[in-house]
Amino acid sequence: MSSETTTKIPEAAPAPPPGAATPKRRVPQGHQRLLTRRDRLTLGLMAGLPTILHVALVWVTAFASIALAFTTWDGIGFDSIKWVGFDNFKELFTNNPQFWPAVEHNIIWFVALILIPTPLGLFLAVQLDKQIRFSRVYQTAFFLPVVMSLAVIGFVWQLIYNPDTGLINSLIGANEPGHYIDWIGDPDLNLWAILIAASWRHTGYMMILYLAGLKGVDPSLREASALDGANEWQTFKNVIFPTLRPTNTVVLVVTIIEALRAFDLVFVFNKGAEGTELLSILVTNNIIGESSRIGYGSAIAVVLLLISLVVIIPYLVSTFRKERRA
Amino acid sequence: MSTTVTAKVRTPVRPARILLHLFLAGTSLAWLAPLLWALYSAMRPYAETSEKGYVSWPDKLTLDNFTNAFTQSDMGHYFVNTMLIAVPAVLVTLFLSSMVAFYVSRFDFRINLALLLVFTAGNLLPQQVIITPLYRLYLLIDLPGITMSGKLYDSALGLVLIHIAFQSGFCAFVLANYMRSLPHELTEAALVDGASVWRMYWQIVLPLCRPAMAALGTLLSIWIYNDFFWALVLISTGENMPITSALNNLSGQYFTDNNLVAAGALLTAIPTLIVYFLLQRQFVSGLTLGANKG
Repeated sequence: MSSETTTKIPEAAPAPPPGAATPKRRVPQGHQRLLTRRDRLTLGLMAGLPTILHVALVWVTAFASIALAFTTWDGIGFDSIKWVGFDNFKELFTNNPQFWPAVEHNIIWFVALILIPTPLGLFLAVQLDKQIRFSRVYQTAFFLPVVMSLAVIGFVWQLIYNPDTGLINSLIGANEPGHYIDWIGDPDLNLWAILIAASWRHTGYMMILYLAGLKGVDPSLREASALDGANEWQTFKNVIFPTLRPTNTVVLVVTIIEALRAFDLVFVFNKGAEGTELLSILVTNNIIGESSRIGYGSAIAVVLLLISLVVIIPYLVSTFRKERRA
Repeated sequence: MSTTVTAKVRTPVRPARILLHLFLAGTSLAWLAPLLWALYSAMRPYAETSEKGYVSWPDKLTLDNFTNAFTQSDMGHYFVNTMLIAVPAVLVTLFLSSMVAFYVSRFDFRINLALLLVFTAGNLLPQQVIITPLYRLYLLIDLPGITMSGKLYDSALGLVLIHIAFQSGFCAFVLANYMRSLPHELTEAALVDGASVWRMYWQIVLPLCRPAMAALGTLLSIWIYNDFFWALVLISTGENMPITSALNNLSGQYFTDNNLVAAGALLTAIPTLIVYFLLQRQFVSGLTLGANKG
């Protein structure tokens, strides 16, 4: 783990890039030429120490996950690590009754969040952007769930879903034995019950992102569109929404990552038992459950990693391309 | 501009405005309903609800459940645990990530882009991708006498470190963008005057970053306070748990007494609500400052 970072420190303070001194680059170059050896050492440490910590705990472990996915290990001593090639993956894909449901649930999680709370958040943001009175109060109401821990949200919603004491069953009279609707235990219902709680939180988050996006819309666009006689919907569809493109990208990335990271709510509800399996839950069960199958758990983590990379890489490429231009 | 628009549409829009307010007020109330229901449940005595059911008119509303939840489950102790984790984690994350951001944004080294990419991408990974090796690593690292458990595992220090490592990715990215927007002449002049790099960072750049740091600090406090996952896996002793995972234990112990669990959950949420109401502006600007956050 240190090799990666030690190579970074000497590199961290290299001589200014040789040649190709376009006028544009000259300023920072001259800037850097003034650095004393001590300054370079300071800079190396300033960037090096945080990098060591970040790389050691995040990247080394991520790569270790990939390596361990091709082994079996009971976690006791390093000599019990055995190379098994793709066996873990084979078993996972063909022989684990929880794996494909988990993949499916992660996908459902994403689709549900993008179809319901995202447009709802956008809608609320558009309404709140109309310079109305009490806007702050309304915003706070919608945003409050985002501030709270997902674990706390899980407990709050259990008070609503609980089969015999919960709000819903008490209201509809389904809290008598024999008439139970088991929102948390029924495999056909529990995922949807949890998704309602997740959407409740996600809407406020989306609303804030869109509100920020709407604040950035050039007011003259709205004015021009009003002068052209466009109605509210036409203005939104043809003028405002297209300018929200950067926000939409962020919203999409945030929602995919939230769907992949989903964990706390499900764990609090029913620990990912029947009907609510998620990839994150399967990985965690291999650590805190009674069976410690490290290679196998890592294989699930690698699947999760591969899915995330499909999102992370294009996102980073576009973000950093913009930065280089800037 | 807005005057022309509103002037133009003011008269015909009036009833629409009232309708909008009715809609927003109704939706807001519906949005708060789960929390209000929790509050109502928490304020009723267990004996009364077990006799009359939860959906019933109250004979008596009390705060007893809150005091009971607080004392019976030793919540004060868990609040302290959380503070011991969150305060150093937030401060050190801001400190370390501002140094990285300074490095990549104020100089033109060739590895800058790669370095920033490493930090940003690291923060986008799902936590479960790194947890298995991290858990093993924490069990391997012996710290006799430094932590209660003698290891990095099951210690506040371990949680502080992973919070710093994970969140610094996000903060470095946001702060680098922020620092890039500061005029280059500021640091150039200082450098020509012979100021050291450290002085440039500490006395010129950092003070100018105060708004961004405040926003990130608020956001980090809430995120780290709310953490459930890291503590769940990396802490095994109930005593050492932060408040959110301790709540999980509380509900296991008192699972029949929903009133108590409701009170416990609301008590757990209070600090974040206070932070939010006091620092609303910072919090929201932090979120959108780093809208790229996953």
